[in-house]
Amino acid sequence: MNIPLEHILLLSAVLFSIGILAVITKRHAVVVLMGIELIFNAANLNLVAFSRHDPQLLQGQLFSLFVIVIAAAEAAVALAIVLRVYQHFKTANLSEIVTDINK
Amino acid sequence: MLFYIFAILAIVSGAYMVLTRNLLYAGFSLLIVLLSIAGIYVLLFADFIAVTQLMVYVGGVLVLILFGIMLSSRVQDKSLLSENVNTVWGALVAGLIVVGLSYSILKSNISSLPWLQTMEMDVLGNQKSTVQTIGIKLMTDFVLPFEIASLLLLIALMGAAYIATDKQKV
Repeated sequence: MNIPLEHILLLSAVLFSIGILAVITKRHAVVVLMGIELIFNAANLNLVAFSRHDPQLLQGQLFSLFVIVIAAAEAAVALAIVLRVYQHFKTANLSEIVTDINK
Repeated sequence: MLFYIFAILAIVSGAYMVLTRNLLYAGFSLLIVLLSIAGIYVLLFADFIAVTQLMVYVGGVLVLILFGIMLSSRVQDKSLLSENVNTVWGALVAGLIVVGLSYSILKSNISSLPWLQTMEMDVLGNQKSTVQTIGIKLMTDFVLPFEIASLLLLIALMGAAYIATDKQKV
């Protein structure tokens, strides 16, 4: 019942790269947000894994708690911005959004 | 053993999230990833973080994302599908990141660090849960970040409500 630390770090690395892949390849703004949430979760997994070895301080778990709070605030603001962009440009596709400054 | 089941579940559904083009399928596979990460938190002696993960991510952020998908796509046309661009470059960058991270994790011999020799049984001591320790820490050592986080949440939610308001109708 003792999970090796390296295995948790490897899982976190794989989840992080999946999140990077989603951010790079997807063109819908909400899927890019999902990739960012995946990256947050990979970072949190590392914090909690190292917090196992911190005697009675639990600093890693407290830090990951604050990361979850920031991620929730970020998701709320980002989805509000995505909704406004969709209402303005009639699309949420990041490639089709063109600024009309020159008009 | 349970950890590896959760890990494989998280990696497989995360890969499905990237591979599928349907937005709703991507959202539901993100649900499975978040649930299995909550299970891994329980296995890592972090029960409070696991419950917070369930309540905030699965109960809040994922519902927000599903609302965002439904509100930002027309039902009639094919906009529930997301197109892929830069597939080669994205796969190359992600592959380089995972190979580099795995190489450095396996080479660095992390378990031999002196402060990691503390067994995880010493973390909890006699108590069965981390809730009491986290509560005491939040109100003593971490009270300033706690208050700043609450202020940030207030500002972010008010800003989100203001941004999402339709200004023409109000």
